Amino acid sequence: MATVKLSFSPAPVHVRTARLVGVAVARRAGVREDLLDEVRLAIGEACTRAVALHRQYGLADPVYVEMSDTGGYTVRVVDRAPIEAGLGLAALGPDELAKESLSEDALTTGVGFALLAGFVEDLQVRPVDEGVGTEVRMTWPAGRA
Amino acid sequence: MELSLATRAVGEHTVLEVGGEVDVYTAPRLRERLLELIDGGARHVVVDLGRVDFLDSTGLGVLVGALKRLRSAGGSFALVCDKEPLLKIFRITALDQVFPLHPTVDAAIAADSTGA
Repeated sequence: MATVKLSFSPAPVHVRTARLVGVAVARRAGVREDLLDEVRLAIGEACTRAVALHRQYGLADPVYVEMSDTGGYTVRVVDRAPIEAGLGLAALGPDELAKESLSEDALTTGVGFALLAGFVEDLQVRPVDEGVGTEVRMTWPAGRA
Repeated sequence: MELSLATRAVGEHTVLEVGGEVDVYTAPRLRERLLELIDGGARHVVVDLGRVDFLDSTGLGVLVGALKRLRSAGGSFALVCDKEPLLKIFRITALDQVFPLHPTVDAAIAADSTGA
């Protein structure tokens, strides 16, 4: 078993670092090459979502990312924003996406969730066990030879 | 790779070539450039994603923003993209039904000029 933990200040510039680390660990864990683009995108979306929530609520707390290769490759992205903000996301249809009244932030949130749901077969979004916040948990098949 | 942005005019069309990574950090620069072009009078904009190697929801949000702005100004907006990983992103988000997507800049301009 190997675990890599990363926590970063909720700033957009660090999301790329989280993506790079997440993909490097996925490769080490034996995630198939052709899945790595999806792993990169999904980790990026989960971290972007966490950073956006921290900024929205004025939270300086770091975003926490944990990568582990026990029983597949699992990435947990944990934010500390109030739970009602993090749950209950819904994917938007093409008519809604093109609506003038839909704000860019709302659109980005909906599209980000559609990407997570579309690219991660094993996705869970749930309240953290302790304290305030939400955990996005993503698992991909991995097998190190 | 950092974001790169280059603009050229092709007849009535303004082509914005985007390269590198479009994400939550770099997307504001793409938004600014698109706004500059539109505020500067560009009405028919083609964004060439041929050299983009990463595009996230923030980048997609910026592109939709430009599409809406141009449509309400009586203009047009099209994307050039022929990379399967990026096309998959458009399909999964249903944005392939929102954007005119073309494999080449020539095809985008030709389709736009004929009103297709």
